[in-house]
Amino acid sequence: MSERIKTGDGGIILTNAEDLMNWARLSSLWPMGFGIACCAIEMMASYASHYDLERFGIFPRPSPRHSDVMIVAGTVTFKMADRIRRLYEQMPEPRYVISMGSCSNCGGPYWEHGYHVVKGVDRIIPVDVYVPGCPPRPEALIGGFMKLQEKIRGEHPLAPELFLEMEANLATEPS
Amino acid sequence: MNFQEITELVVAQFGHHDINADIKNPQPVLIVPVEQIASVCQFLHEDDRLYFDFLACITAIDNGPGLATMEVIYNLTSIPYGHNLTMKAVFPRNPSEGMLPVVPTVSHIWRTADWHEREAFDLMGIHFSEHRDLRRILLPEDWEGHPLRKDYKVQDRYHGIYVRYEDGPKLD
Repeated sequence: MSERIKTGDGGIILTNAEDLMNWARLSSLWPMGFGIACCAIEMMASYASHYDLERFGIFPRPSPRHSDVMIVAGTVTFKMADRIRRLYEQMPEPRYVISMGSCSNCGGPYWEHGYHVVKGVDRIIPVDVYVPGCPPRPEALIGGFMKLQEKIRGEHPLAPELFLEMEANLATEPS
Repeated sequence: MNFQEITELVVAQFGHHDINADIKNPQPVLIVPVEQIASVCQFLHEDDRLYFDFLACITAIDNGPGLATMEVIYNLTSIPYGHNLTMKAVFPRNPSEGMLPVVPTVSHIWRTADWHEREAFDLMGIHFSEHRDLRRILLPEDWEGHPLRKDYKVQDRYHGIYVRYEDGPKLD
């Protein structure tokens, strides 16, 4: 094949709608950064210029109604649990949750004697990606986002539940 | 003024009550009976030679069901004079079944005591009488029990969430 100089004009890409939509969703994940405790500092460090999450299209939104993903960064107490549930329910779908740090993964250092700590935010909301660490380094959080992007890449957003069910029924029905 | 002189002044004013000084430890403490807390603190705050205008901390201690007492420790400082005083009240842990021990409030003298007494109520279950807004400060309002007591048992669930690490299924 001869060398082609890329000029930036013209060119056609063939893909399917599913891949296109998945690519669009994973390239612009807008988190509602829910910085509760110390992990929030590492989350802020990831947003800042040295580690820069914005080059992945990730930039923080102040409101849950504008965001795709909620990063639960920090210790979740029982007092906060009600509010987290409410904020999660305010996010529009498709929504994802990244649990950052040991406290939101499993209660962290407070697992044994912490009467006031919810032992893992997955007791309140469904979590997609767990990022271990206390606190996790910014590279670990970026790794968590990569993992979430892989998960989104494999999703099937277009096939509605009803059609999948109908197909499954047709396949199992005796013809 | 050192501890000795402060104690003498307080005893001179309140001599007929049972005020002791504990000088065994490196930190000397003035032990005051519980009912006299408010009047002793009022005197300490208003007297010209003492003038304790800074309440640094109120600490509550639970000595456990064995000794069956609780203590409330006040750390006072006088900013113009520079002297300090540590004062405490010792009282029984469970005055009667189901009731909380009662201590007079000093929040009308020092505003700091407002939140310190709310914390002592929240975590130790000490009721401060005539406190204008005594409610839980750190734990949620509908939490059961007072966690820093020695005989505290944590509840099983709170709003449907399992409290202990070992218990219960995660959200499906």
